[in-house]
Amino acid sequence: MKLRTLTLGLLSASVFAFAAHAESITIATVNNGDMVRMQKLTDDFTKANPDITLNWVTLEENVLRERVTTDIATKGGQYDVMTIGTYEVPIWAKQNWLLPLDKLGDDYDVKDIIPAIAGGLSVDGKLYAAPFYGESSFVMYRKDLIEKAGLTMPDAPTWDFIKEAAEKMTDRANGVNGVCLRGKAGWGENMAFLTAMSNSFGARWFDENWKPQFDQPEWKNTLQFYVDLMKAAGPEGASSNGFNENLALFQQGKCGMWIDATVAASFVSDPKNSTVADKVGYALAPDNGLGKRGNWLWAWSLAIPAGTQKGDAAQKFVSWATSKHYAELVASKEGWANVPPGTRSSLYANAEYQKAAPFAKMTLDSINAADPTHPTVKPVPYVGVQFVAIPEFQGLGTTVGQLFSAALAGQSSVDDALKQAQDAATAAMTEGGYIK
Amino acid sequence: MARAVTTQHKVIATAAAWIVALLIFFPILYTIITSFKSEQEAIQGFNLIPSGTFESYTEVQAQSGYFKFFLNSVILAVGSTILALIVAVPAAWSMAFSPGKWTKDILMWMLSTKMMPAVAVLFPIYLIFRDLGLLDSRIGLMIMLMLINLPIVIWMLYTYFREIPGEILEAARMDGATLWGEIVYVLTPMAVPGIASTMLLNIILAWNEAFWTIRLTTTEAAPLTAFISSFSSPQGLFWAKLSAASTLAIAPILIMGWFSQKQLVRGLTFGAVK
Repeated sequence: MKLRTLTLGLLSASVFAFAAHAESITIATVNNGDMVRMQKLTDDFTKANPDITLNWVTLEENVLRERVTTDIATKGGQYDVMTIGTYEVPIWAKQNWLLPLDKLGDDYDVKDIIPAIAGGLSVDGKLYAAPFYGESSFVMYRKDLIEKAGLTMPDAPTWDFIKEAAEKMTDRANGVNGVCLRGKAGWGENMAFLTAMSNSFGARWFDENWKPQFDQPEWKNTLQFYVDLMKAAGPEGASSNGFNENLALFQQGKCGMWIDATVAASFVSDPKNSTVADKVGYALAPDNGLGKRGNWLWAWSLAIPAGTQKGDAAQKFVSWATSKHYAELVASKEGWANVPPGTRSSLYANAEYQKAAPFAKMTLDSINAADPTHPTVKPVPYVGVQFVAIPEFQGLGTTVGQLFSAALAGQSSVDDALKQAQDAATAAMTEGGYIK
Repeated sequence: MARAVTTQHKVIATAAAWIVALLIFFPILYTIITSFKSEQEAIQGFNLIPSGTFESYTEVQAQSGYFKFFLNSVILAVGSTILALIVAVPAAWSMAFSPGKWTKDILMWMLSTKMMPAVAVLFPIYLIFRDLGLLDSRIGLMIMLMLINLPIVIWMLYTYFREIPGEILEAARMDGATLWGEIVYVLTPMAVPGIASTMLLNIILAWNEAFWTIRLTTTEAAPLTAFISSFSSPQGLFWAKLSAASTLAIAPILIMGWFSQKQLVRGLTFGAVK
């Protein structure tokens, strides 16, 4: 009897001990192919870490941004790992809202992270988020149409060449537009493209004293060029087009060129969904000879809120999901073409990846061509290539995006849009205390 | 001649009703049609004939288990409705049969809370939920849904109760009915159509509520609104999957509405014609 009681007691104690030890971490993420794939492959992590269980919360990007911001600002403690972008990381890290990632393990190889990406996710030399996938932007073009136009796309085209090629490729009678660019209003939509483009025209959002610069000739040149180009060679209703709309147009063969995220290369070259999969070429984003290209830099990254009680388990997960081992796991299960791009230098040195992803070299060159700490020709007081890493930018960027979208739609002139943008930015900067 | 005009008017009115009904229903119909298309078909412009593939449904189910979200939706919608009725029936009774000097003002004040954008109180509510440990809990969300729909429930019940002659209740009182007996055995049976339609409307409102149900939940209490939200994507094609998720989310409430439409219409028009 005593023995039975003792055995039962020990058994119960061990069950309780395991239950007490088992940790459940909640991960907030966006819905895209790479993230969904990661959710399917988590058995690999839980087998190696049986004491950690994973709960997933997948949300639409803007809802996710709002949810995690609310949670982290109120220390709600709902999430242990958050998927955030290069915009949030420097702002949140400065607020001490994120844990520095210093327990990623000996074999993690932090130095393998592409320097431009690591730079965008670090503050004062400390990494605050681990990149899950990274992207820049580049030119995707139809090789058959550019050949028909009697031109050859250089690896590093200028904006003048893009304009000439777009006009020559346009064949509206057959539904072909020379160029498709973002026009839908939003700080992450048209303003991501236009801010990156403006960098190559020598423009900047603010001078060193946070004075808005929309009244300067560089912005006028940028916006006028964009509006004229889209009028001459863009699709109808371009002011409503974002990434997904342009992706659909390009896949259906209705765009000669599309300048957008490097991650789009895997979509447009996928014969299952793209009617032009075998006709796509890639080139760096255009420049104007001023030393900056019109490409952006972004990384969806995994970060850990400072308020979590499960920091060690969360770092274990982040380490697994952004490791070289994870890349190999994806490659073994779903092929090298499906490995999350844009984060590790070793991936681009891998011959098998280069073979599976013909756009690999151009993607890496594009990422390397972006410098989030020195994004513009003239000096600026902010970091971020296609955004300004200050909390006010989401609202201000969207307001300016609406003004520029209206200019594209012909509802206002370029001059009016720039004047209103200057007024809106001045008001926001004054209210935010940047301008005394 | 007069008869011919009446018939003509009837035909026009019927045609107009059909057109309006089709206009209202068309987005739902197109969502259902799109759910049976492939992603490639879904983005190829307007087309009413799908290829009939079920791949979006399979992917949606594989990506996020539907039934957990469905169960949460049922629990939240039904639970919040029961809670709302428990509070609203006595409140509406007192306002209808024993009105005070401030009854009208209280009713207007209750309704005015619906005029404030929900996002304005997001932070205070979030902090209260955090401090009470109610984040991501069904009970917390049930209370929240009950509170946001309570003004409408009280208003509807108040309108129905006002149509019931007070003399009947007086007669019950004279026969010795207690307050409880008066509400349960006299008032409630007479107001069943009104209570039923209020209940159905509240279930629909709670089922479709997407602001708080997404913002106050993570994994345990997340209902179908969170399920739908997870299929929108900034980069990549998702229309067919989003349509499949939406169809799965609206199907139960659509079926419930279809079967209870007579009750719903009867209740909503209760007291409209004297």
